[in-house]
Amino acid sequence: MKIAIPVNDNNLKSGVCASYGRAPYYYIYDQELNEGVFIENLAASDSGGVGIKAAQILIDYAVKVLLTPRLGDHAAAVLNKADIAIHKSSGEGIEENLEAFLQGKLQPLSEIHAGLHGN
Amino acid sequence: MKIAVLSGKGGTGKTFLSVNLAAVAKKSIYLDCDVEEPNGYLFLKPVDEGKKDIKVLIPVVDEKLCNGCKKCVDFCAFNALAYTGRELMIFEKICHSCGGCKLVCPEKALSEKERAIGRVKKGRTGEILVYTGILNPGEASGTMIIDALLEEVKDEEGLVFIDAPPGSACVVMESIKDADYCILVAEPSIFGVHNLEMVHELVELFKKPFGVVLNKCTDGENPSEIYCLEKDIKVLGKIPFSYELGALTSAGEIVANKNKEYYKLFSALLKEVQDEAAAHS
Repeated sequence: MKIAIPVNDNNLKSGVCASYGRAPYYYIYDQELNEGVFIENLAASDSGGVGIKAAQILIDYAVKVLLTPRLGDHAAAVLNKADIAIHKSSGEGIEENLEAFLQGKLQPLSEIHAGLHGN
Repeated sequence: MKIAVLSGKGGTGKTFLSVNLAAVAKKSIYLDCDVEEPNGYLFLKPVDEGKKDIKVLIPVVDEKLCNGCKKCVDFCAFNALAYTGRELMIFEKICHSCGGCKLVCPEKALSEKERAIGRVKKGRTGEILVYTGILNPGEASGTMIIDALLEEVKDEEGLVFIDAPPGSACVVMESIKDADYCILVAEPSIFGVHNLEMVHELVELFKKPFGVVLNKCTDGENPSEIYCLEKDIKVLGKIPFSYELGALTSAGEIVANKNKEYYKLFSALLKEVQDEAAAHS
């Protein structure tokens, strides 16, 4: 199973990014291989639709779980259709979030914001 | 002659200037291109003469034909499409109606349908013909509405006042594209200069003849006036900062119709604008 987290930088010391669609990188952790990769979000500075694009990136990497502090409605619509589980991240660290998720401590993200479309 | 009125931010006096110029011009056409919040009609109070819906084309997928190749997803510069692995999702409000997805689809799985994004209202007040563009709330871009407004006056030889949206983005570029002359409205502050600079750069880029109207002028120093002097920009006129102007405007009045002094001020301004525009044509 692959788990994705929006992050601020492309190293494991980096924190979870407050934005999902505009995160500069995604950390994609492969549970079977016990290793992860950093994917650059090339759409981070697009004028719009970044949540949709970011969802497409995760789908293309066969991600099954997303850990994020928040999420817009467009991204949520795509991720839901693609059966990607969305859990609310807790705290800053990448590894502590992965651990917390694997221990079942991260709740499904219940609040989907209306998106910042056009803002 | 088409005269566009623009400024780098809202509340500078574009509509104030446009409706007053239209009022003193008498026989003229007023286009409200500030389609996100058109308010010229509040002053001109036109009698309704009908409206039409403005529609754009958006893609529709035939899921039986879509094989999930994602060529359309990769092509879309606005990220309006996503392929979930099972189905193509289309985000209508993100779509900019370029039609590219339909062109790149090798399976011919995409067709197009119409979607209304707003309307153009026509009305009349005295000899002033008023067109108001209205973008539906939540829509991303009003350029198609502005395009439809300009289409109404395409072959018009008389005076047309184009009340542009604030700023210098696509909607403003669309609003000034057919203009013979541009009036930049500026406030007397450092912030005002910054906003003036934005639209100044834009009209230079579009090679439009232009001049500045200094609005809300006080006795103190006017940074926008200094900017015009330094850049050798024509100042078409000055409008004072006055309680009376504010009160009349807040009451939805056209000040030129209410006060002789203002009628004279805007008449002189209109003449200046027309002379300038003629000199550049």
